[in-house]
Amino acid sequence: MSMAVKASTGPNTPQAVLTRGLWHENPVLVQTLGLCSALAVTNAVANSLAMGLATAFVLVCSSAIVSLMRKYIAHEIRITTYILIIATFLGVADLSLEAIVPEVHKSLGAYIALIVTNCVVLGRQEAFASRNTVGLSVLDAIGNGVGFTIALLLMGIPREVLGNGTFLGVHVMPAGFDPWVVMMLPPGGFFMIGILLLGANWHDLRKIARARAVAPATAPATAPAREREEALV
Amino acid sequence: MSQHFLIFFSAAVVTNFVLVYFLGLCPVIGVTNKSATGFRLGLATTFVMVLASIAAWVMNFVLVRAPYLRVIAFIVAIASIVQLVELFIKKFSPALYRELGIFLPLIASNSQVLLLAIFQTNRGYTLTQGLAFALGGGLGITAVLAIVGILRERLEFAPIPAIARGPAIVFMIAALLSLIFMGFAGMGTA
Repeated sequence: MSMAVKASTGPNTPQAVLTRGLWHENPVLVQTLGLCSALAVTNAVANSLAMGLATAFVLVCSSAIVSLMRKYIAHEIRITTYILIIATFLGVADLSLEAIVPEVHKSLGAYIALIVTNCVVLGRQEAFASRNTVGLSVLDAIGNGVGFTIALLLMGIPREVLGNGTFLGVHVMPAGFDPWVVMMLPPGGFFMIGILLLGANWHDLRKIARARAVAPATAPATAPAREREEALV
Repeated sequence: MSQHFLIFFSAAVVTNFVLVYFLGLCPVIGVTNKSATGFRLGLATTFVMVLASIAAWVMNFVLVRAPYLRVIAFIVAIASIVQLVELFIKKFSPALYRELGIFLPLIASNSQVLLLAIFQTNRGYTLTQGLAFALGGGLGITAVLAIVGILRERLEFAPIPAIARGPAIVFMIAALLSLIFMGFAGMGTA
């Protein structure tokens, strides 16, 4: 939540809005938002996928409504309004999941309710949907929702493959493989996000080093990259 | 009574809200630069959780007829409680109010409080069991915030490699703490 209230950077062309959230401003890996659900449910690929898609659905629907109503929502009560809108669509997602994939719904359990307090969802309403047209807001929500799902899968796939030797419940590791049970347990979630963030930092440092080698004076293109350079170097 | 102690102990240590349930990770990164701040935010969260536990217990008499309204009802109740606590702290301790900054109102969107209310409902706790659950959970969170804060104060003087700076190293610490807390697994309920 700490970094949620931050406006996006760069031009607002439809294509840029759609692709920004996928990788360069990935909500989990770059902005470290929405970590609670990203860590709690990613011990299996099916759970990660269901959680990611449910969050994306809630995000797209609430962004559309918030953007439609943006001129009528009073500034003082905007957060409460956003949360009520998000909670409404959460109810829809919760009941749909229960009807379509009952087993996954059961294993996600109370964590589905966490979509309400997911800072990715609230952050996009505050930073984007409340200031942009419906079309752009929906594109932005799709980008961020898919980016969130990608990050969850990046956590869920190694955790299930290493921790249980399976992928979507099908055995993929050789017969003699001894599962790393710790990957399925809570510490595995913390280790996995730590490793992913190490990877993101490494990628950034390399990009900065390469930019310096080509043109020492130019600053990194986007504001998040600049902030991260200051934090890292 | 022993049942209450078991609930308290489980919520605080065995199924720690931060390290086992992964709840409220934003403050873990955000306010643990100093252990004292983390400790105080933990206590403020505990206070909100106790009030939320009572509120959820009362509201469940009505909500039992409409379970699909639970999340909406809980989140509105929690937001109101946080607003009250914020006014209260602002009046009686302006220094603490400034220190906690944005993280005080953010308790409203804190997953810990919402899941506390939901778990309490799902497990059918009575009023006093709910209070034991809220106190245990809150004090467990306070302990983790303080411990991470103390470790981060130490890290200020450690030569951390550039790629591990920022949240990455905090999560590595959390992973090790979580591993330590796994040692308590099987000692409590649920």
